Amino acid sequence: MEIPYTVENRPDTGIYNAKVGIWLFLASEVMLFGGLFSAYVLLRVGAPEGHWPHGWLDVRFGTINTILLALSAITTLLAWAACKVREFGKFKFFHACTILLALTFLGIKSYEYHDKWIHYEIQLKDGTFADGHLEEQNDKEVVLHGRIVKDEKDLYDLRAQKDIQLGEVKIDLANIVKMQNYGPWHNTFTAIYFTLTGLHALHILGGTLVIFYLWGPGSKMYKTDPERFTNRIEVSGLFWHFVDLVWIFLFPVLYLT
Amino acid sequence: MSESEHPVDLKHYMRLCAVIFLVVLCTTSAMIAASFSDHLGSGWTGRVTVILAIAVVNAFLVAGYLMHLLSEKKLVYTVLGFTVFFFIGLMGLTLWAMNNFPVGTNTH
Repeated sequence: MEIPYTVENRPDTGIYNAKVGIWLFLASEVMLFGGLFSAYVLLRVGAPEGHWPHGWLDVRFGTINTILLALSAITTLLAWAACKVREFGKFKFFHACTILLALTFLGIKSYEYHDKWIHYEIQLKDGTFADGHLEEQNDKEVVLHGRIVKDEKDLYDLRAQKDIQLGEVKIDLANIVKMQNYGPWHNTFTAIYFTLTGLHALHILGGTLVIFYLWGPGSKMYKTDPERFTNRIEVSGLFWHFVDLVWIFLFPVLYLT
Repeated sequence: MSESEHPVDLKHYMRLCAVIFLVVLCTTSAMIAASFSDHLGSGWTGRVTVILAIAVVNAFLVAGYLMHLLSEKKLVYTVLGFTVFFFIGLMGLTLWAMNNFPVGTNTH
């Protein structure tokens, strides 16, 4: 049985079925991310004065990822336009660019996650706090590249501290009260940061897999049914643009405010 | 993005994309500048408002031109209308509830 309205528009809706489907799906996605953004707002305004982190994320990485996603959104649109005018070689080129840009985005995101994973805050017996990246750990001591602060509040607003001196910090295990990395369990900021960006990264990964399929084995359809294939590219493109839209708000909310 | 409504000219799209990319670069730079600028005062609310306003311009470009939302069918607008309604409701309830602490709890 042939699936109806994969190419021609349905008379009552005015668009083909897959497009109705993707827009309904995107509407549900808006509510999914909206719920998490609302959780962010509540956590943020509910945080005690001076306890919400500033400057914990590297704006340079966020900016590069913003540019990468903007470029990938553009190459996705150009891939669809190339399909429309039946220039298959250009379609292949533009979608290959999209895949490479997406993989670079995920690579940078993974680096940022790794950076947080090896970043530790250690509460010491004398009431001070050691903070920095783990360099070495054995059965006697922990070595960080970081600093020691008297008050935990000094670790929150890094932007306000213009001259942070970092160096090698050696700590005896016997002096440690608590040692925790900057994973999702560290505080509410890292929890919502990993949740929001992790969900977004999963969307990037899923979108990349779909685009890779359409670029590779799925592109056989272009020879037999080019118009239907073009519609598939359009639908995957709409999803990709949505993922870009989410990042447009994630970047300022998490990195800049 | 159906062909009847959008006669496709690849060169036109490339020019359009180049302009959009330049604008996105400018708006991203403006957001970063607003984030680090001392001229916006020390208040969090004003700074966030400016940064998010610039982000909305970015989002409009992506949704309007790259997703062709400026010239879509009525059904798509209807779906998005409901989405916007519920999204505003979600955020509205969040803002309404954010200072609503039960009596006797610590409100910092």
